[in-house]
Amino acid sequence: MAPIAVLGRFFLEFVQDLGGMFILVGRLLQAIPRTFANTRNILQQMDRIGIGSIPLVLVTSLFVGAVTSVQAAYQFHGYVPLMYIGTVVGKSVILELGPVLTALVVGGRVSASIAAELGTMKVTEQIDAMEMIAIDPVEYLVLPRTVAATIMLPVLTVFSDLLAILGAMVVANISIHVSFNTFESGLKLLFRNQDLIGGLMKTFVFGFIIAIMGCYHGFETRGGAEGVGLATMKAVVSSCLLILISNYFLASLIFRIIFAPSS
Amino acid sequence: MEQHGDDHIIRIRGLGKKFGPHTVLDSLDLDIVRGETLVIIGRSGCGKSVLLKLITGLVKPDAGEIMFEGEDMTGFARKKLFEMRMRFGMLFQGSALFDSLSVGENVALPLRKHSKMTDEEICRTACEKLELVGLTDVYDQFPAEMSGGMKKRIGLARAVVMDPNVVLYDEPTTGLDPIMADVINELIRALQRELEITSVVVTHDIKSAYHVGDRIAMLHEGRIIYSGTPDEVRRTDNPVLRQFVEGKAEGPIKPI
Repeated sequence: MAPIAVLGRFFLEFVQDLGGMFILVGRLLQAIPRTFANTRNILQQMDRIGIGSIPLVLVTSLFVGAVTSVQAAYQFHGYVPLMYIGTVVGKSVILELGPVLTALVVGGRVSASIAAELGTMKVTEQIDAMEMIAIDPVEYLVLPRTVAATIMLPVLTVFSDLLAILGAMVVANISIHVSFNTFESGLKLLFRNQDLIGGLMKTFVFGFIIAIMGCYHGFETRGGAEGVGLATMKAVVSSCLLILISNYFLASLIFRIIFAPSS
Repeated sequence: MEQHGDDHIIRIRGLGKKFGPHTVLDSLDLDIVRGETLVIIGRSGCGKSVLLKLITGLVKPDAGEIMFEGEDMTGFARKKLFEMRMRFGMLFQGSALFDSLSVGENVALPLRKHSKMTDEEICRTACEKLELVGLTDVYDQFPAEMSGGMKKRIGLARAVVMDPNVVLYDEPTTGLDPIMADVINELIRALQRELEITSVVVTHDIKSAYHVGDRIAMLHEGRIIYSGTPDEVRRTDNPVLRQFVEGKAEGPIKPI
């Protein structure tokens, strides 16, 4: 019976988490009209979540672009003209690598920090204290973080797309001897605006997922230091998984329905 | 209108709360008289803090009613609950200061959110409340730089900054040295005198209970088993209360 019990417990926890998340999102939606009253808080979070993530995104994007260039050259060798390196780098970075990798690295950084911060506030009764002075923790803590992450992730992705392409271009030039002009013409060859728009549309959802997972698991923290550690881990794991899963559905929605290729 | 409606600021009837299979409060009745300092004593983990959280609506009860000025607040919607909480202040066990805000901003936060005062008036009021608890020149410092006793006093200043009708204290002297504990006890009495507030103090510190209480109630096995003045408590022959007050391992309460 043990495996069934484990499965049952897992299922119950899953349903409980799902319900809790819906309640939190519901309360967040109710707080949305008060967004402008929290502008200072939102700007502060935008700085922390967005500006603070720039060094991380910079390093990740440069090297992801560089490796894409190397791998493309390796695959193309002897079959495909090297001018198409620009094409394949542009497509893969703008459609998938830029949005998803930015979301994953920022997700790791931001959802962990939100969960740890809110989790500590929860176990030291600061959330209760906030309720006691009649301040809604959802409006004061969740709203600024969610709005900031939802706005800043697309901005970081644009930044990441540009840096990845730059990294690819430099590597293609130095080690594969593809000139900047050749790379650029390859890049422009099959470029479509809707690729960029579609890629960025996904990141609004990713930004929301990152913040809401951090907040939810922070609020659900029980116990002391161990509870905070557990909440942080849950926040990172669940936001990364949800980003990858939702990426499939979002890509299907955007590129198969909204921007469906005309036959 | 009930006969005693004016004397009792809070009336609790049949209050029940369970956490999983564990019954914490079992059909508890309690009246809190306007302007008094009621001390609730009981063993650690007997549900004293839960009772405070139920009174403030931070936790929802499973059964019973809590009447605040004649209105049952267990069914209050969030907005109504927040309106009611503006008339409450609470000092938390670990002080629960916001560590991202300076000491002054901690005290000023309720005013910033709920009053129409100017920045200058808010700062002045926050400073006054800090002075009331004996703290000066700490406005711009951060809670992490403060000692346990100072944190309690800042928590107290924050609890009374909105001039509440009722202040709830969760273990106000726990973890403090005897001198600081006495300072906090004196403050509780002074605040009650000066601000004419109703105080509910939850503690297992008997010395503190005798010092601050107009009335002492004992919570045991989910119910209030005794309620009387400090003098009555000293003379009581109730075996459970005697054992607790004298701090003996032998008696009807079994150490777990």
